[in-house]
Amino acid sequence: MSIEDDLLREPSGGHAVAVAFRRSNVVMGARWATHVNGWLLLLPAAVLLVTFTHYPAVATFIGSFFSTPKGARPAVFVGLDNYQAMIEDPIFWQALHNNIIYAVSTIPLTIMLALFMAVAVNAKLVGRSFMRLAFFTPTVLPMIAVANIWLFFYSPGYGLVDQVFNLFGVPAHNWLGDEHTALACLIVVAVWKDAGFFMIFYLAALQQISPNLSEAAALEGTSRWYFFRRVTFPLLMPTTLFVLINAIINSFRLVDHIVVMTRGGPNNTTALLLYYIYEVGFKFWDTAFAATLTVVLLVLLAAMALGQFIFLDRRIHYQ
Amino acid sequence: MSAALERTGAWLLAFLWILPLAYALWAAIHPSAYSAHFTLNAPLTLENFVKAWNAAPFSRYFLNTFMLVTMILAAQLVLCTFAAYAFARFKFYGRELAFVLVLLQLMIMPDVLIVENYRTMTAAGIVDTIPAIGLPYMASAFGIFLLRQTFKTVPSELDEAARVEGASPLQVLLKVYVPLAKPIYVAYGLVSISYHWNNFLWPLIITNSVSTRPLTVGLQIFASSDQGIDWSLIAAATLMTSAPLLTAFLLFQRQFVQSFMRAGIR
Repeated sequence: MSIEDDLLREPSGGHAVAVAFRRSNVVMGARWATHVNGWLLLLPAAVLLVTFTHYPAVATFIGSFFSTPKGARPAVFVGLDNYQAMIEDPIFWQALHNNIIYAVSTIPLTIMLALFMAVAVNAKLVGRSFMRLAFFTPTVLPMIAVANIWLFFYSPGYGLVDQVFNLFGVPAHNWLGDEHTALACLIVVAVWKDAGFFMIFYLAALQQISPNLSEAAALEGTSRWYFFRRVTFPLLMPTTLFVLINAIINSFRLVDHIVVMTRGGPNNTTALLLYYIYEVGFKFWDTAFAATLTVVLLVLLAAMALGQFIFLDRRIHYQ
Repeated sequence: MSAALERTGAWLLAFLWILPLAYALWAAIHPSAYSAHFTLNAPLTLENFVKAWNAAPFSRYFLNTFMLVTMILAAQLVLCTFAAYAFARFKFYGRELAFVLVLLQLMIMPDVLIVENYRTMTAAGIVDTIPAIGLPYMASAFGIFLLRQTFKTVPSELDEAARVEGASPLQVLLKVYVPLAKPIYVAYGLVSISYHWNNFLWPLIITNSVSTRPLTVGLQIFASSDQGIDWSLIAAATLMTSAPLLTAFLLFQRQFVQSFMRAGIR
């Protein structure tokens, strides 16, 4: 607009006006081209993103206020009935409880082990390339495949866990069939699967830390543990936050091992939220109730997204 | 923590971490009588692989997974490149808002929107097809973000020089940006292939026939069917399904680790 205003005030003759006008047309054209090109480039991805992420998220929310269509009966608006049913559903609370226990045990264990692995692989230990291989291998294996191997490890009597415990005189135990041990067994598998993945981020961060620091500390006679606690660990804080967020997401996203190992049992003690959604939606075909449960999961994930923005802000200060 | 203790701990941990794979190998290459019985003189055999391969249509499952992974990666590379280019170098209306909406998918992944996405696929009439498995993942926020960050590091002088010589925006993208981002494409490709080779829950829900099931779902049906629990067969099938990725990882270990690192850090 301002270009056209300038044009009108142009004092010189017709020729200059024509040139300026043509130039302004080019500028305006280029500007429009930028907008159009930008959106055209984005369009294919945007269509798919809206169809399979934004639309389903909104539709889930709306669907949670309707009943499940059955046969000839279409879905009708039921207000907060589904939420009422959810609050009264003991299995929902159990699944939420299980998921929280699962998250708060898996996450710190995974992070501590990942950090330990990274320090070990980063140190000049004998066989560190074998170690790195061993730690990272679970990351590239399908969860569904390794869950079958772990299923054997836990089988009562002849499974590897019982065979080892048997050497120490511990009697055979049905690890996955016992309400008190089943969830812990799944936690072990999750830690085993993820620790090596998170290790590589710590490894990358450790390699960024200047060796001068540890040399200076060694001259001062600082103990290695003190140095780790006061220098290395604080410097790794941005990585820890990054790993933490990913670990939280994983603890709500991945339920493959549950399908293979326990199917939520015994007595729902290993049902995590997403697994319960899968059961309600695709075994009982109660899609409205499954949508209501999904809303809870989405709210949890959105809360974490918000947390991440805050953490990301802090991350900048560290660097 | 003394160094000796640290070393012992690290070795113990490495041993524990490789144990499941080592066990699978043991069970797969010995007769089933030895699957839970460990002696040095156990006879070796490849019988389990043959039996497992013939007990289920694994060749078809391999083909399905191969098609699925290729389709997803090809679509992701094209879509994410275009979108990333738009975000990195075009100042269009609504860019900031659009970018936030894209990033939302990093938190709210297709993996949790199974109920509604199933409904969409039913409405579109493509339940139990391979494209239906892949569609929700093709526009990947992760890929868009990763490539945008990379494209932003390309010096704008290169871009302008190409434009002065009369290259169109698309030519600039293909001649300047894409070649410079090659390592990121390799990293993203490896991560995407491993993710979708291993993905399970959504394919389990959306497929119900041999001609569409990927390996993970096929393996689960094979392992849980009522053929009696023969751990040697399951171990052999498990190794078979993981073999391509595992071999690639063992051969290109450094690239794999670096790719996962690169893909995660930005």
